[in-house]
Amino acid sequence: MFAINPLRAAREVGSTYLARDRFTRVRAWVTGVMSYLFAGTIYAQAMPVDILYIQEVSAEPPAIPAVFKRAEDEGVAGARLGIEDSNTTGRFLKHDYSLHVISDTDPNALFDTALSWKALHSGVVVADVGDALLRKLIHDGSMDVVINVGSATDNWRSSQCETGLLHTLPSHAMLADALAQYLTYRRWDQVLAVSGKGVADEAILNAYKRAAKRFGLKILDTRKWTFTTDLRRAAQQEVAQFTRLKNYDVVLVADAANQFGFYLPYNTYLPRPVVGTHGLTPSAWHVSVEQWGALQLQNRFREDVGRDMRGKDYAAWVAVRAVSEAVTRTSDNTPKTLYNYMMSDSFELAAFKGRKLTFRQYNGQLRQPIPVAHPHGLVTQSPQDGFLHQVTELDTLGYDKPEVSCDMETTL
Amino acid sequence: MKRMLAIACLASLSQLSLADTIYVSNEKDDTLSVIDSDTLEVIKTIEVGMRPRGIIFNQDYTHLYICASDSDAVQVMDVATGRIIHNLPSGEDPEQFALHTDNRRLYIANEDDAVVTVVDTQKRSVDAQIDVGVEPEGMAVSPDGKWVINTSETTNMLHWIDAATNELVANTLVGQRPRHVEFTKDGSLLWASSEIGGTVSIVDVESRRIIKEISFRIPGVHRDKVQPVGIKLTDNGKYAFVALGPSNHVAVIDAKTYEVIDYLLVGRRVWQLAFANDQKLLFTTNGVSGDVSVIDTDDLKVIKTLRVGRYPWGLAVKP
Repeated sequence: MFAINPLRAAREVGSTYLARDRFTRVRAWVTGVMSYLFAGTIYAQAMPVDILYIQEVSAEPPAIPAVFKRAEDEGVAGARLGIEDSNTTGRFLKHDYSLHVISDTDPNALFDTALSWKALHSGVVVADVGDALLRKLIHDGSMDVVINVGSATDNWRSSQCETGLLHTLPSHAMLADALAQYLTYRRWDQVLAVSGKGVADEAILNAYKRAAKRFGLKILDTRKWTFTTDLRRAAQQEVAQFTRLKNYDVVLVADAANQFGFYLPYNTYLPRPVVGTHGLTPSAWHVSVEQWGALQLQNRFREDVGRDMRGKDYAAWVAVRAVSEAVTRTSDNTPKTLYNYMMSDSFELAAFKGRKLTFRQYNGQLRQPIPVAHPHGLVTQSPQDGFLHQVTELDTLGYDKPEVSCDMETTL
Repeated sequence: MKRMLAIACLASLSQLSLADTIYVSNEKDDTLSVIDSDTLEVIKTIEVGMRPRGIIFNQDYTHLYICASDSDAVQVMDVATGRIIHNLPSGEDPEQFALHTDNRRLYIANEDDAVVTVVDTQKRSVDAQIDVGVEPEGMAVSPDGKWVINTSETTNMLHWIDAATNELVANTLVGQRPRHVEFTKDGSLLWASSEIGGTVSIVDVESRRIIKEISFRIPGVHRDKVQPVGIKLTDNGKYAFVALGPSNHVAVIDAKTYEVIDYLLVGRRVWQLAFANDQKLLFTTNGVSGDVSVIDTDDLKVIKTLRVGRYPWGLAVKP
């Protein structure tokens, strides 16, 4: 029985009966709950579900174009929407989700704050942090269950997986495989690679080298971007020279920090597509994904946050939704039970990608289709037809079971 | 008595002409295609509001209600003239709806707003708004008019609304992304499809418990692509038909044993279903291929596929 409906009560008291604005309704709901508490009505205790969100803010590199400016709440906004969606379900089941966000540039400060949170709460941690802090949280912080939404580093999914560590953000390898499958499908297999000097650029390039070997692409040459000046209009001459080669099908760019990748499209020596971190790009989520009901999610996000949903927002949204799905099905809020359920065969999640999503029990990575898009439109979604797998075609993206050398337990 | 006469009249009329008229909403064309069930041809295309999805007739077939999702309105079309005569207040983004057995109250699922809006079609006013789960979608009214069921796609529940009070009184958790609900003719059971879960749950209305879960297996199609949406049950209790989305098949289920008897190949991404010609024909909307398949329910064969507009979504049949 759902005898007391604070939302309705609030709405009937107030004038917002036909409220169209979500925020108004959320406020009305809060007011409704408060008025019931103050009225002394006995209100059955809801089961709290606490989630800690850790955001390590890295310094933005200087002089990147305005179009690439990060949103401060990237990731956090997705988690917040996930909480809101989950509380709508929770209202009927008396599960009360709350998100505690800690954000800092100093990893040590974050670590200490996370520990003090853990002393008082029991809950899953969603981490958008660098690899060093992620390691520290698991090893020194003894966090039971951490869902990684910030690191695409492949080692976490191939050689250093950890019991209790899940990933909803696709790894570099998954993204590279998604794009490489499409290039193979189009027979654009002659590749000129261009990469920056950063550690992440190197990781992305390595993922593409691995993908090239798996799907039969040929990397004709790998060129390092070494320009230190701001090219601006000189790009027209410089990039054409830089990408000079007798023939290739695509120029593959690995530029994680948006230092130069945007110079390449339309400036290459040969009139060929640019793919990778710029041009045609694989990602966890893209604004142009509208199929499978995704338009509803995009609209909800835009209405609440005032900008488009990005890959990290999606990873964080899906992390919270996975926790909530486990809570809904187990009626439990302990991280141990939730982890065991998420890693079990019973777990499945509908998340607007056209098929159910599950975790790989051998490395904790969320299986998911990967949209491949240009800045303003979806081109395709991988896995591509014809790339077969004995278990699920989704496992043609990223490290597959036989390639994973680490062991992790599916139960805590 | 009046009603009996009316039925007798209708019966004699239908003997003269057996043909039904099938209205199909084309989500991406902002039109309705009108099909004659005898000739199986599109006889008319009618322009309507933006992104038409769910469509439904009133009981005497004089009005057609149309969920024009992107116009944030339920439009009322005068069937005789094909003109939109007025809009009903509908709440935001109406997607599907059900007409209460009183022929007056329309229960509308507002997908973007997590509410069900109850509209009085005579007074053209909102009777109530009921908070439900995230992305409300499927709607059904029990044959006795007591229950209104709504499914919420992201909350994964069937919400039980008491039609007498418009209060949500219970919830049943089902598989991932419930899309459509259908009562059996006697109202004792409820069939509910879970699109991403890939299952159809059969719920006992008395206890609100799931008594059976049907899953599907089509040779050569990955199970993740088997995504049940629309459901239709024959009045004689013999068959259930389930549209299986991007697997491009309609499942035929023995409604007594719940065994899947057959899978019929139709157009691409099949979503909604409707019976015509005394349930001898079943029409399917195939969104991606932009056509409608026609199934002979005696032979269980697809007899024709006909082109309609872009992204056909809903169906309504006028005898």
